Amino acid sequence: MSDPVEEPAGGKPEPRRYGRGVFLLTVAGGISSLAWGKSVWGHVSGAVSPVASSLAPFLPTGGWRIYTVSGSMPTFDRATWRLKVGGLVKKPLSLSYDELLALPKASQVSTFHCVTGWTVQNVHWGGVRLTDLFDRANPLPQAGALQFVSAEEPYIDYLTMPQALLHDVMLAYEMDDKPLPRDHGAPLRLIIPEMYGYKNVKWLNEVNLVSDAGSGYWEQLGYDQDAWVGRSNGYSSAPTPPPPSEPGRSGFLTR
Amino acid sequence: MSRYLRRFSRTERTLHWVNALGFFTLLATGLILYLPSLSVLVGRRPLIKDMHFWSGVGWIVALALVALLGDRRGLLRTARELDAFDADDVRWLRRRRPAPQGRFNAGQKVNASLNAAFTVLFLVSGLLLWLGERDTRFRFASTVVLHDGLMYVALALLVGHLYLALIHPATRHALRGMTIGTVDEDWAHAHHPKWAPDYVDGDRTRR
Repeated sequence: MSDPVEEPAGGKPEPRRYGRGVFLLTVAGGISSLAWGKSVWGHVSGAVSPVASSLAPFLPTGGWRIYTVSGSMPTFDRATWRLKVGGLVKKPLSLSYDELLALPKASQVSTFHCVTGWTVQNVHWGGVRLTDLFDRANPLPQAGALQFVSAEEPYIDYLTMPQALLHDVMLAYEMDDKPLPRDHGAPLRLIIPEMYGYKNVKWLNEVNLVSDAGSGYWEQLGYDQDAWVGRSNGYSSAPTPPPPSEPGRSGFLTR
Repeated sequence: MSRYLRRFSRTERTLHWVNALGFFTLLATGLILYLPSLSVLVGRRPLIKDMHFWSGVGWIVALALVALLGDRRGLLRTARELDAFDADDVRWLRRRRPAPQGRFNAGQKVNASLNAAFTVLFLVSGLLLWLGERDTRFRFASTVVLHDGLMYVALALLVGHLYLALIHPATRHALRGMTIGTVDEDWAHAHHPKWAPDYVDGDRTRR
């Protein structure tokens, strides 16, 4: 009434179609975020992480999502749990949890990438290197790959021997300086930071040496056999090259 | 005695409650999939995942069915109402008074447009997540960010909506418009005078 700017002379002005504008702009902004969403979210979540950690029960803590493929998570019983190492080895092993902890301990800080797009930076892992298991089990020369069996049936996955011997591959029983939590695969999981999370088998209770890598749980559903971060599963059209950090020490098992 | 005006048709109310039911089902199943603490507590991820996906499909199909089988013309009229912002609506958004409102105030119009857009974006990002699990051509690193971000914004809008509909003294009367369809004439005249104009200062000329 007291605003002459919005009341043009000559009677009732035409209403403006702002509703469809809001709708179309929101849809367009949302669709375009498929191109920029992740990088922006990285900055935002970095800025709010001090606040977010106090809201931990209501937010995906530290960026983790918990994925399982079966009806319930395996439970860990320290008294009866065993890690079996078998297949093409001279000396099959059946390690109790305490025997596993008595092996030489390795530690590392690495970034965890999920194939669905989320990433958790700088996770502290503690565990054992596969070479320390091999020293005890003595793989046979024809062992060319490893089969990782989860207590969560029917989850299973494979790494080739060179992949398994990358310098930062480990069987982790500690995460962020605490025993591996149940939802992260207690008591033991595979960690291979160069590959997407579906290769990082949780609730690990069996490692079998085999001649060739088979298809794991997600590979049978169409995911790539070699899950290199940023270079597989549709994230790059380039054919997957060999990993950049192929270790020199993979020669101890020649095929 | 109070008189009542019909504010929302049966089709409009059905659409609203189908939308609400679908949203809450998707929110509950989605949070179980999303929050680690709930994931651990509930487990049964494959079942919850199926429930979430099929609730989403059911939500969209149910909304489409209500729109198709109900009062289509009425809904189109409502859509045009929600689309159109006159000078008073712009004043209302700028918090200038007086700004007499029609059946929907300008905030409700913006909210409706945003929610319609979110429905489209939830559907697109949800389908991309589902397809991406089956075919890498449909996989984008930011799909999960879009789907989760939508949830946060939609949840914030929902909290505001629930506050206004259930708690805020000036607006909570509107709830009966969405349940039984009618609102008090005095309230309508005070809050939506362009829609309920016939009633002027005690002169009840309507009907």
